Amino acid sequence: MSDASPDPILDKIKGIIAEQLDVPETDVSPEKSFTDDLQADSLAIVELVLALEEEFGIKIPDDKVDSIKTVGDAVQYIKRNNDG
Amino acid sequence: MGVNYASNEAAAVALCDEIIAAGGKAIAVGFDVADEDAVAAGVKRVTDELGGLHILVNNAGISIDGLLMRAKQEDLRRTLAVNLEGAVYCCKAAARYLLKAKDAGRIINVSSVVGETGNGGQSMYAASKAGLLGLTKSLAQELAGRRVTVNAVSPGFIETDMTDAALQGDAREQLLAKIPLRRIGAATEVAEAVAWLASPAAAYVTGHVLRVNGGLAM
Repeated sequence: MSDASPDPILDKIKGIIAEQLDVPETDVSPEKSFTDDLQADSLAIVELVLALEEEFGIKIPDDKVDSIKTVGDAVQYIKRNNDG
Repeated sequence: MGVNYASNEAAAVALCDEIIAAGGKAIAVGFDVADEDAVAAGVKRVTDELGGLHILVNNAGISIDGLLMRAKQEDLRRTLAVNLEGAVYCCKAAARYLLKAKDAGRIINVSSVVGETGNGGQSMYAASKAGLLGLTKSLAQELAGRRVTVNAVSPGFIETDMTDAALQGDAREQLLAKIPLRRIGAATEVAEAVAWLASPAAAYVTGHVLRVNGGLAM
């Protein structure tokens, strides 16, 4: 898949992650781990979850939050649960 | 400033008018602090309308006094709901915005000398106010990573309609004898302590209990 393929949801998620974790958007790629690669601490994860929930009008339960380790996990979860 | 009120809208609006007259921005927002959803909506409204949130002061409180053996469950529940749960919900709702404020983020919980020393006839009130101290110190640790500070002010006896009614004649003299500074405090003296903890000058103070009690408890 090329970078040029339009994927508005992915772009939006990347933007939110970059803003919440204060990292350049170019660093936000699917394989990156929030804690290991993007240096997110537990507060940052909670802030990110709240921001994603608000943007996409979804609820991410705590047990699901625990299983979202990478940017790709987050994108996949949101796409699967975002009907709108 | 967002001014919350439970029932006295006129007083909240009058305070907002004073703040606006002094050149500030203020809105009065009515909600029951014991209602988590209402708190979340109220805090969001304040943040949206005023463009951010830097300081939360939890000072909603009620006191239902009497010997514990005669206490009713509904009184206990209401006391804890307003004094303790209310502060928890406000902290929870405000935290996400305060984290964005970083160095400027402040929470100040208004506890009571009774929460530190206990007071016969005020078991439920004392339990709720002691609970606020545990909340203060725990949340101070949770939010320290973003340099948001969480502190408590612990007032002693303060001149209000409530203390005035309770302290007539001998009762007032007996109380004054226990207070090293030999007077009852003014509400403005509590406000000054809150204002200092909210200021940049107090940036390195967190998890602290600031006593404003004339020396009644040390």
